Amino acid sequence: MFKEIKVLKSHGRQYVKNLRTQPVSALFRGRPVISGDITKDEIKTVSAVCPVMAIDGKSRSIDMGRCVYCKECSFLLPEKIRFTNDYRISSNVREALIIKPGSETPVQLDENRVRKEIRRLFKSALKLRQVSAGGDNSCEMELAATGNVNFDSGRYGIEFVASPRHADGIVITGPVSENMSEALKICYESIPEPRIIILAGTDAISGGIFEGSPALDRRFIEENNIDLYVPGNPVHPLTFINGVMDLLGIK
Amino acid sequence: MDQKLYIEIINNSLPTDLNEIPILKYDIFFDQIMAFLKDEVKHCVAYYGVESAGKLKLYCCIADDNNNSIKVFAHVINKDKPVLKSLTPVCSQLHIFEREIHENFGVKFEGHPWLKPVRYSHERSDKSQIMDNYPFYEIESEELHEVGVGPIHAGIIEPGHFRFICNGEKVLHLEIQLGYQHRGIEKLFIEKNDALQRCVLSESIAGDTSVGHALAHSQLIESLAGIQVSEALQIERCIALEMERLANHIGDTAALCGDVAYQLGQVVCEALRTTIINTTQFWCGNRFGKGLVRPGGSNYPMSNNIMDEMLRVLDDTDRRYSEVTDLIYSLPSVLGRFDDIGILTRQQALSLGAVGMAARTCGILRDIRKTHPFQYYKNYPVRPVILETGDVLARGMERNLEARESVKIIHELIEIWRQKIKDIKKPVYEYKLKPNSFAISMVEGWRGEICHIAITDNNGNIAHYKVKDPSMHNWLALALAVRNQEISDFPVCNKSFNLSYCGNDL
Repeated sequence: MFKEIKVLKSHGRQYVKNLRTQPVSALFRGRPVISGDITKDEIKTVSAVCPVMAIDGKSRSIDMGRCVYCKECSFLLPEKIRFTNDYRISSNVREALIIKPGSETPVQLDENRVRKEIRRLFKSALKLRQVSAGGDNSCEMELAATGNVNFDSGRYGIEFVASPRHADGIVITGPVSENMSEALKICYESIPEPRIIILAGTDAISGGIFEGSPALDRRFIEENNIDLYVPGNPVHPLTFINGVMDLLGIK
Repeated sequence: MDQKLYIEIINNSLPTDLNEIPILKYDIFFDQIMAFLKDEVKHCVAYYGVESAGKLKLYCCIADDNNNSIKVFAHVINKDKPVLKSLTPVCSQLHIFEREIHENFGVKFEGHPWLKPVRYSHERSDKSQIMDNYPFYEIESEELHEVGVGPIHAGIIEPGHFRFICNGEKVLHLEIQLGYQHRGIEKLFIEKNDALQRCVLSESIAGDTSVGHALAHSQLIESLAGIQVSEALQIERCIALEMERLANHIGDTAALCGDVAYQLGQVVCEALRTTIINTTQFWCGNRFGKGLVRPGGSNYPMSNNIMDEMLRVLDDTDRRYSEVTDLIYSLPSVLGRFDDIGILTRQQALSLGAVGMAARTCGILRDIRKTHPFQYYKNYPVRPVILETGDVLARGMERNLEARESVKIIHELIEIWRQKIKDIKKPVYEYKLKPNSFAISMVEGWRGEICHIAITDNNGNIAHYKVKDPSMHNWLALALAVRNQEISDFPVCNKSFNLSYCGNDL
């Protein structure tokens, strides 16, 4: 009894009060900002070092859906590219993850493209089934952390459940290995309609460092409508929770 | 006998000329390996095949824990569809390696009791073998029933299929089918001829062991490129590795509590893990330490500011973790579920070639930090935690004691770090690897021994890359530990091993 009280006293209050504004450490690699005056040559230099071709020379942009957040471009040209610690980087539009030069605006969700039934049905309770399809277990651990004592996404009714039959949607991590593609499809089809698809992490969104590996089968991702893209390597729990809150229209 | 039968390499040392590795006739290869593995201070760290110019070359690397050396044996197979006498009946720890060679190259190992697919790799020799028709072991009986679990599990974890044969509630046999996570990593290490890509790849082998695998890779590259790193950097790498160990051990303590419905222990430990990984994030911007370890240097050199924050968090976490584990490991309701459950015997652990915590909880000293030291562990002797009982309780306590030991290690390393010259360079991405070489790199990750091996060609390009996660050795240990246990004890047994699916599947 006394031991329990002692533990509880030391534990104190660990929950994050405001999931929208909780500060994270300055070095956290979130939304990048590219200087408006970055030259074609400079872009060429940084895109040459990018391990995942996330930097496009023509539009001088960085695609957060491909980026593995290694920050090497910024180490090379710190005056022209920097990574802010803005973790609210999810969107329902794939193009919104592409950061253009000079842009300092936070990543937005396109309200008009959110399916109406999502907000009507899931705003007060969204149950999700997670499927790791070649994920490296870092995204999986971060998704598990969304429900822990610190982040407690359950306070908004956002929870992970054991069975797809109890779920309203699927959260996919990993680049989708060929060996997992069938199970992923079966799991998705077991979810009653309407159902949503969330891609968590760069590997799921674009294949990340595994892009082009013949051991992948990404047809499921290509053939289905994606409701939310949550970038990160791995996704930060706050990125995920904020993205889902935006999708559901929770203020 | 004057003929040289093997070469000896010291961990993380200079690479060996590929041509110096003697090629043995199979019967000599067989006898040598059998003789070496009889001794329990030696175990196989990797045994694999490399195909080139129509020939298949087998390499077997055996670590000798007594003299810090790794012995490398080689054999070449010239013919198509080869048949070899299996070593598994005399050295069962080779079972998984022979299965892998069989799967990848179609070598038939005569006498192997269990020549089944390992991971359905994309490069497998027999494409008619598919995930759906895995040849599960079956027992004909009207009294027994089978329970299939996975590949998708109830929690937020990676996929794998578990097939139990049960007598009532009791597990007679468990077979684990893996491969769902196969991403073709070893092939990508060769195809991606870019230093940074390989670093990112190494961090994605198993994301919960980003630092461990990135360090194994960086050591390997440094060895092949002849890059020396400063003592200050070596210390920082050891600190990063201990932080990873600490975070995972505390996280596992939480999960073990969760599996026996002890919520206070779970919640408190989850919060403690958060403080540790947030400190790693404070250091390098990533909670899992991705981006922290690079060949030749670091983008995130340690500073006094980071160190002060780390020490503050560690002291607080150490105190709170001691409090909560004192509570956890004194509660009858927890001990009743841990004590004497899921026993792996010392004999089983030895015969399987178990590594890491699974071995150390059976009274076997297998800790690469001690037996084949790397980085600053060469100058800083660690004190491995050895327990005897091999049950869930031992594996829980192992985490508890190792986590507290890690806190001490970090404290002491920081004190040493303060005395060193901080001459940490930027990472090296332009390097020339020594041609025609064989290099091996081992790291004690939080799960156990990680091994990366590379072979270079005439031009110094990587011709072959082998990754071995500790889970490869230990999955069968889990299957044996749950025999004759209640099936309801499976989750807590599984968690007590907490093996990597993606590390095994590659």
